[in-house]
Amino acid sequence: MNYFPEEVLEHVFDFITSHKDRNAVSLVCKTWYQVERESRYGVFIGNCYAINPERLIARFPRVRSLTLKGKPHFADFNLVPHDWGAFVDPWIKALVKGCPDLEELRLKRMVVSDDSLELLSRSFVNFKSLVLVSCDGFSTDGLAAIAANCRYLRELDLQENDVDDRRGHWISCFPETCTSLVSLNFACLKGEISLPALERLVARNPNLRSLRLNHTVPFETLKKILTQASKLVDLGTGCFVHHPKSESYHKLKNAMSKCKSVRSLSGFLDVAPRCLPAVYPICANLTSLNLSYAPGINGNELIKLIRHCKNLRRLWTLDYIGDKGLGVVAATCKELEELRVFPSDPFGPGNAAVTEEGLVAISAGCRKLHSLLYFCQQMTNAGLITVAKNCPNFIRFRLCILDPKKPDPVTMQPLDEGFGAIVQSCKRLRRLSISGMLSDQVFLYIGMYAEQLEMLSIAFAGDSDKGLLYVLNGCKKLRKLEIRDCPFGDMALLMDVDKYEGMRSLWMSSCELTLGGCKTLARKMPMLNVEIIDENSQRESALVDDRQRVEKMYLYRTLVGPRHDAPDFVSTL
Amino acid sequence: MVNHFPGFETFAMDFKETELTLGPPGEFRVSGRKSGKKRGFPEMLDLNLSGPNGRRNDSGAQLEQEASSSPKSPAAKEQLVGWPPLRASRKNAMRSGGSNYVKVAVDGAPYLRKVDLQMYISYEQLLKALEDMFCYFTIRNYFMEPMNGYEYVPTYEDKDGDWMMVGDVPWKIFVESCKRIRLMKGSEAAGLEPRTPPQNAVMEAAEEDSG
Repeated sequence: MNYFPEEVLEHVFDFITSHKDRNAVSLVCKTWYQVERESRYGVFIGNCYAINPERLIARFPRVRSLTLKGKPHFADFNLVPHDWGAFVDPWIKALVKGCPDLEELRLKRMVVSDDSLELLSRSFVNFKSLVLVSCDGFSTDGLAAIAANCRYLRELDLQENDVDDRRGHWISCFPETCTSLVSLNFACLKGEISLPALERLVARNPNLRSLRLNHTVPFETLKKILTQASKLVDLGTGCFVHHPKSESYHKLKNAMSKCKSVRSLSGFLDVAPRCLPAVYPICANLTSLNLSYAPGINGNELIKLIRHCKNLRRLWTLDYIGDKGLGVVAATCKELEELRVFPSDPFGPGNAAVTEEGLVAISAGCRKLHSLLYFCQQMTNAGLITVAKNCPNFIRFRLCILDPKKPDPVTMQPLDEGFGAIVQSCKRLRRLSISGMLSDQVFLYIGMYAEQLEMLSIAFAGDSDKGLLYVLNGCKKLRKLEIRDCPFGDMALLMDVDKYEGMRSLWMSSCELTLGGCKTLARKMPMLNVEIIDENSQRESALVDDRQRVEKMYLYRTLVGPRHDAPDFVSTL
Repeated sequence: MVNHFPGFETFAMDFKETELTLGPPGEFRVSGRKSGKKRGFPEMLDLNLSGPNGRRNDSGAQLEQEASSSPKSPAAKEQLVGWPPLRASRKNAMRSGGSNYVKVAVDGAPYLRKVDLQMYISYEQLLKALEDMFCYFTIRNYFMEPMNGYEYVPTYEDKDGDWMMVGDVPWKIFVESCKRIRLMKGSEAAGLEPRTPPQNAVMEAAEEDSG
């Protein structure tokens, strides 16, 4: 092995693309470490504070594609204060100095400023792809810079960001020479754009495969775009409102039926249900359908639409679909692999609701199902046990019963047995979210059976420290654990402190941790940053009384010690 | 936010004095009208079920004492921070009760339409949408050009049952108080034509021109 020239090694490593495999390769010997690091083009950093940009670039000087994740997952639900951190600016500045060949940047839950976007757009000649998911801090001015300056831009994908929409003309900033676009997604923007500029942009970018519009783009424009972009694979409509007897509507229906290559459909952000039949011609080709942002489509119309979609592999919908509609999905969509059902009325039982009935029906009809996110009014142990039997292939199973701590309504028991059946049956389970009334028993099952579990989310569950201990002792592959409103305290936290070095992060809020317990942990584990987030006090007074309960704690392993950009309300112990 | 405020009971009892009413800055609303009232101080708190000692108070009993006008447990659940676990963009897309559809009547049209006010972020957007819907009529130009027989005055019925001209109040307040919309025919509205156009619409139109 030592006699292979490095070029040969590098050629072999080209075939190794997964991060885990490449990490393993780099551990074999010094030569392999060197060859691997110089040929690594794609780097994934799951926690932007685990490392700093200088060290990243020192190790991987040729990085061309960087993925960065910032805030903890619970930041999506407003549990993390707005200015907690995760600023991309220092990363971009460092990349400007050290990685001129950067082509792709994917950011999730990070704070991005217009200045950062401007700098990015001017510094990397070959920049091709910007994907921002759940980010904030920027406006359409920053997008204008990207549009104007990135000459070879292929992808601009904005998913669920909080963007300050200045109703500027960012779409008009794409120059006439921009003809390389493959993917453009601005569905999350709230403001108007120049429709003629959009039409011209689509017309001169023949390689466009993915286009997701925002709600201000009207029916007429959609029709014009579809005529130009007939090779689209992924379409997100904007406004879908028109008089179904009008000529415009018929023209759209015609244009739509010519889009034979569309496999993924989303949008309908504003919709007149009578217009939905316009999409029926392409439904049989669809493998992915996302109607979760379309509250204007009621249950019956959803059902009518879904009956046309026999080849769906992914379905995201609102709970207007009802148990009855899920029965139709089960009968129609035999290839279904991923299902997400979102609540239409998050704060109370509406008429539109799904229960264990719908989920059981799905499990019986859709045997290929492996990913689930299900917001429901209620769940029973019997239902979950049936689901576990029918679908042993779950990789991701996330169940959210809207009323926290709700028991099985039939037996009034906790849902321990139901979730226990899931973890026992689904041997490949990697991600799990549990809800409803749950005792320590469910954690015993999780610790015992969920051997592949990497991410676990817990809320309003458990009776004592034993619950947390079962999980920490049992789940050997656990990487991310997030807990809120559970009676877990210092004893469980401190039982096996080495465990946290093998995990990416742990979040605990509204539990029974004390300041003293967290300090002890921080003392024992210098490789961890143990952050206390306390929005109500000044930093100095926060660290006085060890018996004081800690409202929010976030800990993560890191190679670079406490961060220097923490705001006042964050103390790293 | 946790309500650690000392003497919170006092605040609750005095909330009438902090009560906000509608109106452009400097203008004092003469009463009779309750529709301008924003939510009082206790209801605006982002309530957390933990009491001052950080102990959980599941029954929400503390809330019931202090927020005199808030209803019982459903509202307490409603204000559980971060629950259900949904991104803000999804929660905004469906507020409680779903969307905000109002009927739109146009004088002379044979049938009414409905629009979801939550789909729009400004008067401009709404009026453009109405224009698209009733595409034979131009109404957007109302604010910039003098009325002629073909143009329509957008009016709406507010929570008190009064018919108001669209554009006087800030957009968000309009969304909360509008029950239905009527596009009144120019000739019928003659004599109602204001000497000054609605304040907000003019400002927004001006912004768009200079933006």
